[in-house]
Amino acid sequence: MSVLQKAQPPDLSATALVGEELAAEARDQRRHRLERILQVAVFVVVVGGWEGSVRLGWVDAFFFGQPSGIAATIWRWVTRGTSQGPLWQHVAVTVEETVMAFAIGVVIGVIAGFALGRNRTLAAVFGPYVRMGNAIPRVILGSIFIIWLGLGMASKVALGVTLTFFIVFFNAFQGVREVDLNLVNNARILGAGPRQLSFDVMFPSALGWITSSLHTSFGFALVGAVVGEFLGATRGLGYLVAAAQGAFNTNGVFAAMVILSVVALIADALVTRLETRLTPWRPAAQRPGP
Amino acid sequence: MHAQAGREPAISLHEVTKRFRTPSRTFYTAVRDLSLEVAHGEFCAIVGPTGSGKSTTLSLIAGLEAPSRGRVLVLGEPVTGVGRHAGYMFQTDAVFPWKNVLDNVATGPIYRGVPRKEARRRARDWVARVGLAGFEDRYPNQLSGGMRKRVALAQSLINEPEILLMDEPFAALDVQTRTLMENELLELWSLTSASVVFVTHDLEEAISLADRVLVFTAAPATLKRAYPIDLPRPRNVTEIRFDPRFTRFYELIWEDLRSEVVVTYERTTKGATA
Repeated sequence: MSVLQKAQPPDLSATALVGEELAAEARDQRRHRLERILQVAVFVVVVGGWEGSVRLGWVDAFFFGQPSGIAATIWRWVTRGTSQGPLWQHVAVTVEETVMAFAIGVVIGVIAGFALGRNRTLAAVFGPYVRMGNAIPRVILGSIFIIWLGLGMASKVALGVTLTFFIVFFNAFQGVREVDLNLVNNARILGAGPRQLSFDVMFPSALGWITSSLHTSFGFALVGAVVGEFLGATRGLGYLVAAAQGAFNTNGVFAAMVILSVVALIADALVTRLETRLTPWRPAAQRPGP
Repeated sequence: MHAQAGREPAISLHEVTKRFRTPSRTFYTAVRDLSLEVAHGEFCAIVGPTGSGKSTTLSLIAGLEAPSRGRVLVLGEPVTGVGRHAGYMFQTDAVFPWKNVLDNVATGPIYRGVPRKEARRRARDWVARVGLAGFEDRYPNQLSGGMRKRVALAQSLINEPEILLMDEPFAALDVQTRTLMENELLELWSLTSASVVFVTHDLEEAISLADRVLVFTAAPATLKRAYPIDLPRPRNVTEIRFDPRFTRFYELIWEDLRSEVVVTYERTTKGATA
């Protein structure tokens, strides 16, 4: 019986093929829906478990906070402002510090990385110092910057710059070093001089490396700003965290954390767009993952 | 048939030796006492075993490398660095991934000081000549391997090089695409007066394209023997393989080449380097 069935030619009529395609489509949709449901379920279990444990008295809301309390805090901050002034002001300050640190760090990092990548002597002379600088735990510099530059934005920007610089530097350096020798030789044969080699071959080639470092470096710029505010500031999201901590307001710490995450996610999406603009020749699949 | 008598050769190497310093600080001789001449408009193919200094020879002619000993002359002038006479097609893709097809082809003229607008106009013409009209805005990663080779070919030829150096340019292509490209190369070349040095592993490719096939020895490389290929032109590389004379050339040259290949093979299987 089964032998007979196998011997039959497959049904290749148009209706049968359409039916198969529809079935495959439906399978894809079902899988997609299941993934979404599981995603939401994880959130519900974690947050619901947390909220439930607090309400049932298993854990102390004073130490661990409470999701509903965090949501209420965020709502109060958004609608009525924080006890340290309007929320948007704090967000704006942190974002401004982050963007400034990011921009300065990227520019200096690219220039320095490019110079050392292009010049062997420079690399040999300054390489060890750069590695030493990178070995310093940068967060400690935050204290020094606050002594030097005060409680204002400058100290936070400086801290952010020291964090972003090294990431961009090493990527730009590596990018220039790893330029495909065939491309360089091809450009030389086609008639490129040293300047054209630098700006028309080396730089675009390193740009792939540099742009893929932008995600990480923006994250570090944000860390620099927040840690700087945490150590000593009069404004900013890091300052909100410090203030909430000082008042033993656990929900406040978590609320500031949630707002920070949202800021970071928005920034990351913007960096991804910037990346696509800078390297339009790269296929989407080659970009770094989630 | 392209050769012109009574002039100095387009390319000449006199007793050229090239030694490299290896990372382990020993010296490796890639080319030894190599002398050869390529006439104006001649299509010359170099065959030889793997790692026999064929690519090094091209680098020396292009001026990408300087010889350790001996003299390299292009159009009668000693080669001192990369000059304006040579075009070079690399084995691996060397088109710029961040430039679209048109800008890739326009690169040479722009580097050589042609105004951007004029360079792009010429590039558009060359893109069409290699059969890529309509693909001007594509980036290399959106093209097939064969199309990228066409871009590389246009990129080289737009500079109107007097000598064209080709380092196994079609090795990575599938057989059908490769035959197409070989025919196209012959057609484009017949419209120029360029001398070609074409390095390949593939003896059939060498015989079907070239006026002369040079057999290199195992490393350190030197010229073993030169075979003039007096098959008629214009050639079709697919059809010419059925010519009985083609088969005779193949047998003759392969006999010579095989002993060198065997030497190289035995060395590599024994793990010796040089």
